[in-house]
Amino acid sequence: MRIVVSAARLMLALMAVAQAALAFEIEDHAVFPASPERSVLRIISTADLDVFRPILLAFQAENPGVTLDYTITGTSQLMAALHEEGASFDLAISSAMDLQTKLANDGFAQAHASPAAETLPDWAAWRNEVFGFTQEPAVIIVSRAFFGDDDVPQNREELIRPLRGNPDRFRGKIGTYDVRPLGFGYLVATQDSRRSEAFWRLMEVMGSLEARLYCCSGEMIRDVAKGRLALAYNVLGSYAAAELRRVGGFEIVEPTDFVNVMLRSALIPKSAANPGDARRMVDFLLTLAAASGLPAIDPDALRANSALHPIRFGPGLLVFLDRMTRDSFLNSWESSLFQVRGLP
Amino acid sequence: MKPRGSIRRRLVLQLVGVEAILSVALFVVVRAVAQRAAEGTQDDILAASATSIADSLRTEGGQIRLELPYSALSMLGTLHEDRVFYRVEAQGGILTGYADLRPARAQAGRPGFSTYDYRGEDVRAVTVLRSLGAGTQQEVAVTVAQTRQGLEAISRKITATATAVGAGFFLLATALSLLAANHALAPIARRTEAVTRRGPSDLRPLSVAPPAELWPLARALNGFMARLRGSLARTEDFIAEAAHRVRTPLATVRAQAELVHRRLNDPDKRRAVREMIRAIDETSRSAGQMLDHAMVGFRSENMERRPVDLRDLVRETCNRLAPTADLREIVLRQDLPDAPVTVEGDPILLQAAFLNILDNAVKYGPHDSAVTVSVTDGAQVAITVRDRGPGFGGADLKALTGRYVRGESTAHVVGSGLGLTIAQAVA
Repeated sequence: MRIVVSAARLMLALMAVAQAALAFEIEDHAVFPASPERSVLRIISTADLDVFRPILLAFQAENPGVTLDYTITGTSQLMAALHEEGASFDLAISSAMDLQTKLANDGFAQAHASPAAETLPDWAAWRNEVFGFTQEPAVIIVSRAFFGDDDVPQNREELIRPLRGNPDRFRGKIGTYDVRPLGFGYLVATQDSRRSEAFWRLMEVMGSLEARLYCCSGEMIRDVAKGRLALAYNVLGSYAAAELRRVGGFEIVEPTDFVNVMLRSALIPKSAANPGDARRMVDFLLTLAAASGLPAIDPDALRANSALHPIRFGPGLLVFLDRMTRDSFLNSWESSLFQVRGLP
Repeated sequence: MKPRGSIRRRLVLQLVGVEAILSVALFVVVRAVAQRAAEGTQDDILAASATSIADSLRTEGGQIRLELPYSALSMLGTLHEDRVFYRVEAQGGILTGYADLRPARAQAGRPGFSTYDYRGEDVRAVTVLRSLGAGTQQEVAVTVAQTRQGLEAISRKITATATAVGAGFFLLATALSLLAANHALAPIARRTEAVTRRGPSDLRPLSVAPPAELWPLARALNGFMARLRGSLARTEDFIAEAAHRVRTPLATVRAQAELVHRRLNDPDKRRAVREMIRAIDETSRSAGQMLDHAMVGFRSENMERRPVDLRDLVRETCNRLAPTADLREIVLRQDLPDAPVTVEGDPILLQAAFLNILDNAVKYGPHDSAVTVSVTDGAQVAITVRDRGPGFGGADLKALTGRYVRGESTAHVVGSGLGLTIAQAVA
């Protein structure tokens, strides 16, 4: 009898191991239990818990009885979870607009005729399946300590000039995204490349100065704030603003030639077990007040500053996800950035 | 006579039927043309997308390279938020894109299109072929497909528009056909009115030329009227001729008989001649009344109305009967108002009626008495004849007005029994 039980336990343990091996990487996981619990809303998201906690609590205050199960993962991990592994979540929140678009295009999202979405500008939603709910610019941050009294470059041309003029001063002191993993870094880099040739010149210069590559905005901001970097290119503006309030020591520059504006978006997967609460959450996110700490969709801000270019949802975003196009883009990018050191 | 069927209704119904058919045809044509245009637009955009992808293909050291132009896929998002699929395939196998997407049959230089179900949704696919490489040519097929939700939305809009166009055309055409029917039938109404407005003796042919369709009817009517006119004229002539041919010889015979009567001394012979004169009188009177009756009958069917002053009528009639009254020593009194008393009527008929009534009064009234004729004007215009005659003795007025029926108290007086009949006929 005992043996049978332990055999069963062993089986379960083996299955758990197997599942873990198959599953995507989970960075963090949090549960906001409701009592009494009426339903569970399982969210998979790329947003840090610090950023999202106030939003989740506000939603729970409005919808008591909904337990929130919040799983944090990387953008490509989220894509893999839903697209390849068939993981079941009720809501997917991601900053990777291209991957969200691909999920919807390939039929992994379900439609939601949200009344709140009707007021959205047409570039902020797609097919009633992907709903943008924040607008976050990709910015340059510069170290106050490093630049001192020098003029801070305000656009890409102004940035290229001092880098070329003083290579020794900036060598190893520039940070940008490693665009090779899919995510925010790849998205803004590809959008940069399609908006201006200055992008490639900037990448060439950065490569010659042995720019340091980062996985995430947070680390870049931290290194600039500490003075380890002179500047970081293509940092998520909302994080930078939050860090600036918290620690300071750097300056945020919205380039005057053009600023890519990324939309954080939500979609309801086809496999959602609790689409009702997911729809409520989408509507809640769309009516998000600025108090949540995330910048809400605001067409007036775009009208006020013509350099702000929102990245549009639509089939165009599928282009740089294409295998051959991506290979070609990364080839160019690597040959620019690893011209001195060579590919690691 | 009740009308049977209506040309107007038949005309309108047939026009409406034709319009209904035309409206449906218009709907079908508008819808088909617009639908084809919408489909053509999607096909054009798909072909442009596939062509721009094919144009960006290149070979590098025998290897095929591809950078999708951003516009190649973003242009597909301009029409509607439809899902987009693509695939690029060389002879060696799939290069990139959705491996399970089915290419359409295409020829070199001519894109091929097809519509099929892909991942549970209808897609429109286009395939463009392109040869690559300098030495050994390699054929690459670029397929771009898009779901058709936008097209369906456009199709619904087109259907709504086509329905509105069809219905609008139908309503407008129906209104116009009602107008047209009324207009087409207006000549009939105009001719009918012209005929209705005519006086009873107006038997002239229709003066206004009718439209060709009414020509036979108008000709028939004119022919009929001409025959009627001839017939009426002959009747009138006959009556006048008969009166002349009967009255004149009788008057001559009576005059001769009077002469003979005056010369005779033998009371027996005188009495015989007296009887003869009496018979002649009766015959003359009867003949006159029969002709009067015929005239009354004839005229009352073609009654001619015009204003008649009753005072003139009474004066004239009294003058005509004065000799007879004198003979019977009856005084004719006229009680007439100063103002004219006018009625609408046929003067000849009125005179004939009044003459007979007064004649009766004079004939059957006692010797040496008075007959008073008065005309009163008021709500009802009346001619009253008062005499001291035997009256109708309570006999049925209806019976008395029958032909050749005479009242009981009249056996000893000359009379045909037609007088009251004539009076009644006129009334």
